[in-house]
Amino acid sequence: MAMFIRVDVNDELVAATDGLAAKLIEVCPVKIFKAGDDAGSVAVVEDNVDECTLCDLCLQGPEGSVSIVKLYED
Amino acid sequence: MRFYEFETKTILARRGIPVPEGSRAANAGEAASAARELGGALVVKAQLLVGSKAGASRSDESQAVDSPEQAASATEELLKIDDGGRGPRGVLVEKVHAATAEYSLSISYDGTAKQPLLLAADIAGNIEDIAEAHPDRVVSRHFSALVPFSDYVAKEVAAGLGLNGSELNRMAGVIARLARLFLDYDLTQADIQTLARLEDGSLLAVDCFSDMEVEAKYRQKELLAEFGVGEEDTRSVRAPTAFELAGKKIDDDDPRGIIGPVVEFSGNVGLVIGAGGGSLTLTDAVRKAGGDPANYAAIGGNPSVAKAVALTKLVLGKPGVDKIAVMSNVVSNTRADLVARGVIKGVIEMGFEPADKITIFRVPGAWEADAVKILNKYGVEYCDRSVSISEAAKRAVDKING
Ligand code: SF4
Repeated sequence: MAMFIRVDVNDELVAATDGLAAKLIEVCPVKIFKAGDDAGSVAVVEDNVDECTLCDLCLQGPEGSVSIVKLYED
Repeated sequence: MRFYEFETKTILARRGIPVPEGSRAANAGEAASAARELGGALVVKAQLLVGSKAGASRSDESQAVDSPEQAASATEELLKIDDGGRGPRGVLVEKVHAATAEYSLSISYDGTAKQPLLLAADIAGNIEDIAEAHPDRVVSRHFSALVPFSDYVAKEVAAGLGLNGSELNRMAGVIARLARLFLDYDLTQADIQTLARLEDGSLLAVDCFSDMEVEAKYRQKELLAEFGVGEEDTRSVRAPTAFELAGKKIDDDDPRGIIGPVVEFSGNVGLVIGAGGGSLTLTDAVRKAGGDPANYAAIGGNPSVAKAVALTKLVLGKPGVDKIAVMSNVVSNTRADLVARGVIKGVIEMGFEPADKITIFRVPGAWEADAVKILNKYGVEYCDRSVSISEAAKRAVDKING
């Protein structure tokens, strides 16, 4: 379980945005996203979440589609 | 691969950097003869691989003498030094010259910037110590290893030392020669810890040492043959330990970031060190604070969290190590938050509380604000660059020694 970062994905928004799922998988430098079970969806690779570099590349999609939460800011 | 001081001086002299008149002696008799021939005030220096890093002018590694008899008895004493399991390779008997000013030059390979780093100071000594005590007196400059070294860079550094006119030109000449031989001989470190200016204005490399990239030994066959270094001899003082091999494996298994050489010592202060220069000063600082380092292990170049986790587990898992200190001497581009995540996660995965096991975290670098938040959340003592490395080491040692 990740200790420092949480990655929240809004499945509906991702599925509704053409090509976003593939783009998320492509851009994340530390492979936090993988293809989900449904077409056009992503799943979060829990083992990699603490590697998040906070590069914000995954936040370039529609607002709210992906959120990065720093658990150390609780 | 470390060179003895007399070998470094051979290289320097060959490239036009003046060194004191002197000769190497294998025993007391040869030292007395050398002293007779040289005459006057002399210094006798043990030729060491391990000790010389800390400065060949250290009192226990050299002795001032002014007669053949004194040279002989100093040699007898110096040859008893344990150089990491072997004896010194003789002594160097040299003339002592009066200096009107002293400087220090250092070139090393900065693994984070992936370029050689040239440092110069207007006082003699170990450049890392000088950088800590008198940062305002150190001039630093990276340069490319791919293109020929430019005289302009040498002049810029010499000017940064406050020199001008003929003094600037002389210093720039030495700097440029040192930089070129650093590149030509595949060195990873070339230091002139005492560069003395004599009354006539000339410069003399009094104390120095150098290290060569082990992988370059085939390119430097001729030089190594001249120094009597066999093909299989890496000049390491002993074979790598299981701990050191495990450190290398962590580095080999994950290309993200760099874990520098992992060296095992016999103490109880576990060290995770931020790379980028100055790491050796850290182990010295721990010793000066009364601590006994268990290891040397540098991490940098933006390691993955997983890599920092693995290194933390290796160091904290070492028998006899109960606590670790995470420190870096210089400000680097290494992400302090990723290192913080890694060491905390490593400790927790071993079943411990970070605040109980991490004595101090001093890694001035990128993303420090996030590192501070992480460390605060887990109750780990953090200090920034305003706390000297000596003070940070003292705090760590105090917690470890109770
Ligand atoms: S912020 Fe960067 S590293 Fe983190 S999940 Fe998004 S893309 Fe990946």
